[in-house]
Parts: sequence; structure tokens; C-alpha cells
Amino acid sequence: MSGGKKTWRMFLVYLVCILIAVATLFPIYWMFVISARSRLEVFLGPRLIQTSFYAPNYYRPFVQDVYGRYLVNSLLIASGNTLLVVCLAVLATYAFSRFRVPGSNNLFFWTITNRMAPPAVFIVPFFLMFTRLGLRDSQFGLILLYCIFNLPFAIWLLKGMMDGIPKELDEAALIDGCSLWGLLWHVIIPLAKPGIMVTAILNWIFAWNEYLFAAILTSVRSRTITTGLAEFVTVIGTNWGEMAAVSVVCLIPAIVFIGIAQRHIIAGLTFGAVKD
Amino acid sequence: MKENRKQVWGLIAPTLFLMIFIGVIPVIYVIYLSAFKYNVFAKIPFRYTGFNNFRKLVFDPDFLKSLRLGLTFVALCCGIELPLGLLIANLLTLNFKGKGIFRTIMTLPLAMAPISIGSIWVLITNPDFGPLPFLFRKIGIEYNMGINANQAFFTTVLVDIWHWTPFVVLTFMAGLTSLPNQPYEAALVDGANRWQTFRYVTIPLLKPVILTTLFIRVMDTFRVFDEVWMLTSGGPGTATRYVSIHLVRMVLQSMEYGYSSAMSLFLLYLTIIICFLLLTFISSSQEAT
Repeated sequence: MSGGKKTWRMFLVYLVCILIAVATLFPIYWMFVISARSRLEVFLGPRLIQTSFYAPNYYRPFVQDVYGRYLVNSLLIASGNTLLVVCLAVLATYAFSRFRVPGSNNLFFWTITNRMAPPAVFIVPFFLMFTRLGLRDSQFGLILLYCIFNLPFAIWLLKGMMDGIPKELDEAALIDGCSLWGLLWHVIIPLAKPGIMVTAILNWIFAWNEYLFAAILTSVRSRTITTGLAEFVTVIGTNWGEMAAVSVVCLIPAIVFIGIAQRHIIAGLTFGAVKD
Repeated sequence: MKENRKQVWGLIAPTLFLMIFIGVIPVIYVIYLSAFKYNVFAKIPFRYTGFNNFRKLVFDPDFLKSLRLGLTFVALCCGIELPLGLLIANLLTLNFKGKGIFRTIMTLPLAMAPISIGSIWVLITNPDFGPLPFLFRKIGIEYNMGINANQAFFTTVLVDIWHWTPFVVLTFMAGLTSLPNQPYEAALVDGANRWQTFRYVTIPLLKPVILTTLFIRVMDTFRVFDEVWMLTSGGPGTATRYVSIHLVRMVLQSMEYGYSSAMSLFLLYLTIIICFLLLTFISSSQEAT
């Protein structure tokens, strides 16, 4: 192949890549731009460059309005759910990985059906059940509820990593007089730590991002940030700058976690289809 | 051995209880409710009606329309995303500097909250200050998603493409990098050109990955909710009322819990059937190759 042709093709590749990158990043950039504008500036037309920064957009919703509480709720629910899921998943995965449990071969199918079912289908039973049990509008209710999608996913994700820990280690520990709890705590968990971290991160993102159940099952006390964001468009006119600012805050975890563990997150988000 | 069994059940019991409570009981409850006429505001709020809800459902024009719209949405999104994703993935298997950065950029939409993606696109398409209406006005088209049904529909398709094409690209990239080298060498020896290699070597080899991705995308677009809800709430009129949105609106507005349950059950059933058919198709085509 001649050199000129190769350079020409590389140029084309870069051009297309940059085009796609711009198409991906522009909407996100636009959100940041709007979040830095005051009410008046927003309506001056679509100017792409922003030099000033209007801080009240970030300040007012969280301090004076209710969004501060929504943010705390979201953090609480996402963290609580992650803690619960990881604890249960480690125990269950250990059982699935080391003993012959009926149904462990169908784990993948179980996970995939849970993921593929439209969540909207479950809102009627959950609404009625949670009302009856007094779990509506409580953080605890949502923490329990998010397990429905996250727990099978976590078990499925962890199983691959736990299968990789050699069985001989367990046997050695048990012969040395270690109890099952001791074995889990001193041998399995330290060895599976990277996998557990990835599971926790993905789980946290999923719980943070969830909208539908939070919208249906909460009303005042335990609304989450995503629900708050959806409430922004009001009849008396939307404060677009503040809405953009709340969106930015809503987005921060995704950006931070991608920074920390990009590779693993890709594997998880594409549902194991991508394995490095 | 006995002790062993006790330990196993002790380990999975909490998970099992929780999954029964939030995974199994609701489904049974939906099946139960779907046989009742249940409206909190009616004179007799709770009345057994047998299969009447289903009889009503299959002739409900609103529901059928939402089903049709939802399936059109699925077909359009998948029909655009998969070829586009395949193209981009092919591009990215070439070796060049900065590939990693590009991959990171592509991951971003996948980890973002769907609801904030909706709000981002609300900002983009706002008729007063959004860049998209501005661009359309430049070429002489009046763009207002809140009024024009077709524009609203295609905007939701656009948002879905923006959100999920990266997913398709990432899965295809993984598939492409794990393909064996031998068939390509054989094709080179036989003097196949780039297009022929792509058509007769890459696509057949990549078929399992393509089908799996198609499966995930079909199911995801069928149950799409958050982005569209934020963007249009199913409007204007019923232009973007896909199945999930129609169901949620039914529950919130009419409070007909029995009828909504029947609808939920029907959708669940439909999902399982589509799931089953696609999975059978995938495994049969894998056996064939």
C-alpha cells in the first residue's frame, strides 16, 4: 500500500472519529453551558461559548429548594442498596460457586429475564403492596426494591470472579480449623475484592439512575434526585439554568466512576458482551 | 454432608427470601388483580370479572396504537443503530492513536442516568433557545417537538440512537477483536476485496454477536421509558406513547388497577414470548454455524 493512500485513510478515520465524538459530547457540553447561564442569558439565543458563570443555579435548588434533601436521599438509597446487594450477593455467590445448588445453571437466564422485563409492568403490584406494608415514601422501601434488578445482576457478575478462586484455598482454610464465616471474611472476600468493587460501583450507578419506581413509590420525604429532575418542567415556567445544574449534579457519579474503572464498567454495562 | 446442606441454605436464604418478596409475589399479585375490576373511586371498588379485562384489552384502540408505535420505534431504532454501530466498530478496529480516549467518550452516555439524558435533550430541542430548532430554522423548517407529532417521534428515535449506539459499538468491537485470523488470511489469498471480505467473512463470523446485541437492543427499546417520559411524556397527543409510557399513564390517570394489571400481564407475556423467540433463533443459528 502506498504511503499517500495510507495517510489519506488515516485522515478520514480521524475525521469520522472526531465527528462522532463531537456528536456525543455536544449535548453534554450544551447542558454545562446552560447550567452556567442566568435566566436572562439563556434566552439570548443559541450561543455556544460561555465565559461567565452564574453560581445561583447550583446554589439555589440545593440550599433553598428541596433538591438538597433529594440529593441526600439519592445518596442514601444508592449506598444502602449497594451495601445490601453486595452483602447478600457475596453470600449467595459463594454458595452458587462452591456447592451444587438447584437452579444455579439458569443464573444467566434468571438475570436476563429480570433485566428484560419492562419495569412499568411491576408498578401496580408494588404500589399496592408498598402502600399496604407502609413502605411507601420510605428510603428503606426503595433500598429493598432496587434489589429486584441489581441482586441477580450482582450474583451473575460475581460468580465469574468467584469461580476463579481455587477451591483448594477453601479446603486448606477449613482444615486449619477456620469456620465458614472466617473463611469468607479472611480468604474469599479479600481475594474477590476487585470483583466486589466493580459490582458495587455498577450497582451504585444503577440505583442512582433509577427513575420509574422512585417516581411512583415516593411522594415527599424520600424523593430521589432523578425524580426531582423530572419535576422541573412546571406550568409557571421552567428555570432552565437550574434544571441543567441539577442534571449536571445527577451526572457527576457517572463521570467519576468512569474515571475510576472505565474498563470494568464497560464490561458490566454491555452486560458481559465485552470482555477484555 | 448434612451440615454442609444447612450451610448452603443459610447462605442463599436471605437472597431467596428477598427475591420471592420482590420478584415472585408481585407477579402472582398481578395475575390475581387482572381478574378483578379494581377502581378505588368506583361504587364497588373491587369486583371479580374473570377474563373481561383481557377481552377489553385486545380491542382497546389506545393500547393497540401504543403497541404499534412501540414496535415501530423498536424497528426504527434497531434498524439504524446496528448498521451504524457495525460501521463505527469496524472503523475503530483499525489501529490509531487516541483510540482509548474515543472509547471513554463513547462510554459516557451509557453510564448517565436516562432521566438526565432526557433533560439534556429537552435543553437541546427547546424551541426558544435550543441549537436543534435553530439549525432547522436555518434550512427553513419550523421545528417544534411540542406540536409536531412526526418531529416528536423522530426526536425520540434520535435520542435513542445517541444514547445506545455506543453500546452497539462497544459490543461489536469486542466481537471483532476476538475473531480468528485464519479466514481473513484465506480471503486475502483468494483475492477478495475489502467489501467481499466484510460481507462473506466478517458478517457470518460475527453473527452470534450481532444477534445477541440485536436481542438486547430489541428488549431495551421495547421497554423504553425514562428518556421519552422526560422528553415528551408521550405527547404531543399520543405520538410517542410507547407501551411503557401508555401503561404508566393508564395507572396514574385512570386508577384502574385491575385493567392496568391485565395490561401489565399482557406486556410481560409479550416480552417473554419475544425473548424466547429471539433466544431460540440465536441458539439455532449458532448451532447451524
